[in-house]
Amino acid sequence: MNERTTSTAAPLARLIEEFYRLPGIGPKSAQRLAYYLLRMPAADAHSLAEAIVEVKDKVTLCSTCQNVTEVDPCRICTDSGRDRSIMCVVEEPLDILALERTGSYHGLYHVLHGAISPMDGIGPDDLKVSELLDRLRAGETKEIILATNPNLEGEATSMYLSRLIGPLGLRVTRLARGLPAGGDLEYADDLTLTRAIEGRQEMDGA
Amino acid sequence: MPPRARLYKTEAIILRGRKLGEADRILTLFTPTFGKMEAKAKGVRKTTSRLSGHLQPLNRCQLQLARGHVSDVITGCETLASFRGLRDDLDLLSRALYVAELTDRMTADHVQSLPTYRLLLDTLGRLESSPAPDTVLRFFEMQLLDQSGFRPELERCVGCGNALEPVDNFFAPVAGGTVCRQCVPGLAGPRVMTLNGLKVLRLLQRGSYNDVARVNVPPALAEEVERHLRSYIIGVLERNVNAAAFIDHLRREGARTKIEV
Ligand SMILES: [Zn+2]
Ligand SMILES: [Zn+2]
Repeated sequence: MNERTTSTAAPLARLIEEFYRLPGIGPKSAQRLAYYLLRMPAADAHSLAEAIVEVKDKVTLCSTCQNVTEVDPCRICTDSGRDRSIMCVVEEPLDILALERTGSYHGLYHVLHGAISPMDGIGPDDLKVSELLDRLRAGETKEIILATNPNLEGEATSMYLSRLIGPLGLRVTRLARGLPAGGDLEYADDLTLTRAIEGRQEMDGA
Repeated sequence: MPPRARLYKTEAIILRGRKLGEADRILTLFTPTFGKMEAKAKGVRKTTSRLSGHLQPLNRCQLQLARGHVSDVITGCETLASFRGLRDDLDLLSRALYVAELTDRMTADHVQSLPTYRLLLDTLGRLESSPAPDTVLRFFEMQLLDQSGFRPELERCVGCGNALEPVDNFFAPVAGGTVCRQCVPGLAGPRVMTLNGLKVLRLLQRGSYNDVARVNVPPALAEEVERHLRSYIIGVLERNVNAAAFIDHLRREGARTKIEV
């Protein structure tokens, strides 16, 4: 017999260790969470475990727009009711939720999964930029809305993309110019976002 | 060190910010009186925050802070200069971010350096107006090295100590400066330094910005000088400067676009 099976608390120790590896969780919180789960009704614990397995097994990235999805292509990309001539580029999947909540945008999306942050060593090659170019070259898109966050990284990303996309001859607009500077798009309220979509401005391809 | 009063004011240039928790940011500031320091900006990622627009990297501002247990908290901010010209141009922005990152990496917390604050402020202003932004960067690099105690030797050979002959010599970042022909064997990573390259580097080290700005440096020579300074900086920091990679990326894509057109 190995050491692990001889100790009754080994599964608990393992769970504490697993929690400890998560972002923002220290050793104390890891212990607290593990003991909380230990006291939880079995059905609840199984349901949580299933949810974790399911999110890993069933949720992937849409191979077209890079949003998180359980079907590929995702429901937005295959929705025949959406305007395929217009595409909104966002930093994170959560930004799509914020924009969908407004009900005032009916085009397609593209998720970059981040923003250019030169000081942190995050450049265009670390984002879903080549996937975006491939989609634009395919030719259905007439207008692209750059909806990156209205902060320095988001502005840098939009300037970079508008320069890159410029030669393709599309209409390139910037959403966040109407939003207060420095904030994250996901925290914007519906009215502000709707105004920002309606008031989007042409970018000059800086 | 920051003063003992619970509330205090300081001018600052914001070097960078990183996310903290749900909606806060930790900012790295460079101040005339306390040198480099960190401060917390609460709630600035909410779009309703009144401070967020003022607390962007590269902003020069007048801050009000409250002393905190771990880091001080920003309670008020007034923008003195936002360097709009740097934010609206990607080539200039990438260079300004390089300046901010290098300042952050070359300086220690809470070490006052008014010359470095001055240099940082002047450099951002020069980037905004100079027709040769890369020259602005080279002058900044050389002066910052000097102020941080890493002045490269450019007069004598670091091997034998003899004054350099007016010919092509070598530059060995790890050894701390220029090396003559006789001393090159056995040294790690020496690169050829042309006589003109040496002249430009000496001017960057000893001249004023106005002296430097008057000299017209041909592209190949500018490239050599940049290469020497970059390898020297990497040697000092024992790591790359991240923002330099983005400058290179933009240059490569710029060159490609020109070829296609
Ligand atoms: Zn999709
Ligand atoms: Zn020698």
